Amino acid sequence: MTQREPSRHAHSGRRMMPLGLQGGRFGRGTLLAALLAPFLALCPLPLLAAYSWNFPEPATPLARDTLHMHNQFMIIITVLFVVVFAIMIYSMVKHRKSLGVEPAKFSGPTGKLQWFWVLVPFAILLFIDFILMGIPAFHAVIDMEDTQTKADMVLRVTGMQWKWQYEYPDSGIKYISTSTTPKEQVNNQAEKGEHYLLEVDNPVVLPVGKKVRVLITSTDVIHTWWVPQFGVKRDAIPGFLREVWVKIEKPGIYRGQCAELCGKDHGFMPVVVQGVTEPEYAAWVEKKKAEQSSASAGVDKAWTKAELIAKGKEVYMTNCAACHQPDGKGLPPTFPALAGSKVVNTPLLSADGKVVKDSHVDRVLNGKAGTAMQAFKTTLSDVDLAAVITFERNSFGNTQGDLIQPALIKALR
Amino acid sequence: MNTATVAQDAHADHHGAHHPSGIMRWLTTTNHKDIGTMYLTFSLIMFFVGGIMILAVRAELFQPGLQFMQPEFFNQLIGVHALVMIFAALMPAATGFANWQIPLMIGAPDMALPRLNNWGFWLLPPAAILLTLPFTLALFGIGDGAIATGWTFYAPLSIQGGIGVDFAIFSVHILGISSIMGSINIIVTIFNMRAPGMTMMKLPLFCWGWLITAFLLVITLPVLAGAVTMLLMDRHFGTHFFIAAGGGDPILFQHLFWFFGHPEVYILLLPVWGLMPHVMSTFTRKPNYGYKAQVYSFIAIGVLSLVVWAHHFFTAGMPVPALLYFMYSTMSISLPLAVLFFCWIATMWRGAMTFETPMLFALGFIVLFGIAGLTGLVLADVAADAQYHHSYFVVAHFHYALFTGGIMGVMTGVYYWLPKWTGRMYSEKLGKLHFWLTVISFNLTFMPQFFLGLAGMPRRIPDYALQFAEFNAISTVGAFILGFSQLIFAYNVWQCCRGKGEQVPARVWEGAEGLEWELSSPPPHHSWEVQPEVK
Repeated sequence: MTQREPSRHAHSGRRMMPLGLQGGRFGRGTLLAALLAPFLALCPLPLLAAYSWNFPEPATPLARDTLHMHNQFMIIITVLFVVVFAIMIYSMVKHRKSLGVEPAKFSGPTGKLQWFWVLVPFAILLFIDFILMGIPAFHAVIDMEDTQTKADMVLRVTGMQWKWQYEYPDSGIKYISTSTTPKEQVNNQAEKGEHYLLEVDNPVVLPVGKKVRVLITSTDVIHTWWVPQFGVKRDAIPGFLREVWVKIEKPGIYRGQCAELCGKDHGFMPVVVQGVTEPEYAAWVEKKKAEQSSASAGVDKAWTKAELIAKGKEVYMTNCAACHQPDGKGLPPTFPALAGSKVVNTPLLSADGKVVKDSHVDRVLNGKAGTAMQAFKTTLSDVDLAAVITFERNSFGNTQGDLIQPALIKALR
Repeated sequence: MNTATVAQDAHADHHGAHHPSGIMRWLTTTNHKDIGTMYLTFSLIMFFVGGIMILAVRAELFQPGLQFMQPEFFNQLIGVHALVMIFAALMPAATGFANWQIPLMIGAPDMALPRLNNWGFWLLPPAAILLTLPFTLALFGIGDGAIATGWTFYAPLSIQGGIGVDFAIFSVHILGISSIMGSINIIVTIFNMRAPGMTMMKLPLFCWGWLITAFLLVITLPVLAGAVTMLLMDRHFGTHFFIAAGGGDPILFQHLFWFFGHPEVYILLLPVWGLMPHVMSTFTRKPNYGYKAQVYSFIAIGVLSLVVWAHHFFTAGMPVPALLYFMYSTMSISLPLAVLFFCWIATMWRGAMTFETPMLFALGFIVLFGIAGLTGLVLADVAADAQYHHSYFVVAHFHYALFTGGIMGVMTGVYYWLPKWTGRMYSEKLGKLHFWLTVISFNLTFMPQFFLGLAGMPRRIPDYALQFAEFNAISTVGAFILGFSQLIFAYNVWQCCRGKGEQVPARVWEGAEGLEWELSSPPPHHSWEVQPEVK
């Protein structure tokens, strides 16, 4: 699979163009940046290369239009700014008491000619607001919201604290994507990698040249799915389905992150999308399907405790450790400890084999309303659930000694 | 009327001697000047409290990686910083101005409802304590700290939060009651206590600005109070207003919050916009240009501000007609705002300008606020907003609006009126130093944030990807200079208050016009016991 990285990172060295003069059709950069040019000219060039002055290089038609519109608008407002304050600065220079100016007495327009000159700026502003900016903005909105016309496929994105779930309804693929940046890098104990905080275990894979309708929702709080190079950003809202569309133009890896404050690990919830060619996409779908069916085959097998605990540890580290911590001590009072926890150390099931309310199994399956503890039965597989429950009951000093089989979880759902 | 003057003046002097002294004077005072002073002092203290919080945040953001704090604490700091700056620094500062200036400017002996006035102020310190107490409680192992949802309280995150959210809800209730009382007082005072001959169309523009602010507060604060009460019910009493699983609607909260939140921006700005023409006219020695146009613009902005709220959450998704309506209505605010800019610059035109500190701050305000207004115009565009929203571009935009529009506007007012209030001139040298340090470091802090936003850095993150490192470092350096520069301001004000500096005449500034400049500096404890005639 070819992996070309469209440079979002000016400091990667391949795009050394300062002042936003990025290539492509719309490489004008912002005039705002140009205004700063005299100051920046004093800096050595290699230093400037580390700065990015405009949107990252667009990867979809939507992002291209947005960048184009943004550049136009920046020019318009810069011209407005310069004209208005040039008049003000002229006045500040010429009309000073120290120059012996006698102050005028007027307090409003007098005569038809003055009224004309007073009204001209407002006519211009009306024109700018509702014609010059208003018309392109209108078309951009219509285009942005047209998610359904000629859509080739659907991707379902679910935000949850603090990871993304991706689902391909056409092929039945469904998986979770979490950050892979090691804690040591965050805590400055290891050198930070090139894609620090913008790397995940399972990226979204999408075919290039296809219009993808992206349906977005959330299971807990509001998140925002954002990939800057796609020009889309939409909130993931529990109980609501929102949609955007993406049509990636060329293969590559595109990185973004959650953009709405969603609690503790809001800053550690990256979005990584891999655009691949169609044959590569088809191959990936087959591979992923095979993986999933082999995983679900494990449901009916009788697992040993050691197997479940080993698998459970993996599941715990990806899904639970952010809150309950790798050592199970939690971050009380918000995130309770599992070590010695009252909930974990309840009997597994009732005598007649039912889930007891507020027991360990109930909490993992159904979550706890009003807290960050989510209903994991909607996101984890039967094997993962059985494994993580068994792991928690037999780790961090908890010695329940019992285990639960994936097949039982399947029956309890 | 003239016959009564002498008797009343004598009575006033006599009466002044019977005030309780010490702390009781301040606890029981109903004098608009005392209350104004308390509001302004409170505001200055809270300005530094909010400032220290954000300097801690900027220190954390100086480099990638977590250096000084964990994300939970970071989230608390950003939210409480905003709540403190908006509710406890900017709003009380504007109310302080209103208390001091409105009676002086309209020729009234005091505010219409003096006891309400006293209560309105004394609700503030408990509210501020409630807001920040969870920080302290957490140190003793009670709760998990202050509200960590950002100042917007967005449900369902706020339903998940700890006791900090409850404290913040009650704090907002109390601050809201205080502001509504202050607003009612201002409306009643302006409508009923103007000097004979001062028609509404002769009312000083500062009072007009405040009048519109007061109406906006009375209209919108109850909505906020209702929204946070519903949140409280969801948290503790089993309702599901905002919980989707129970049939509630998380976006409803955003509508309710921003129905208050957008007018809030103008609540903070209108008093300052009202103040600008006075400063412009004074230091250009020329009458205000377009008085009526400015009054009508204030009213238009006030009305428009009530009908554009949803542009704060375009990314939450809404039907296309709603997107278009909120986009165009937001853009249309640029028209009355342009009228104001036009009038201010036309006031300068062919004046005889001098550049004392208040004038410098006013000019700085106009230029930098211009950047806020123009970036606001592009933010209104829904498709481009998809890129700007939730990013540092927005952070830069609203700091250009609220720091230059709000804080620098307040500083303009303090430098302009402080000599009147204290009878002493502040140090012009320190004032100018304060101005230049503030303007330069402000831009150093926030200009890079525009570019960070464009490059794709989301707001409210405690740690960031490596390509954002350089601009963040610059921004932090700027923020620290900005923060420490404000100590010059505090020192300058303090020196004036303790009677250092040159004594000033009644008309402090050569070009100053208006009733307040007819009174001595400082004005007597009870002023305008006999109302002046306005021709």
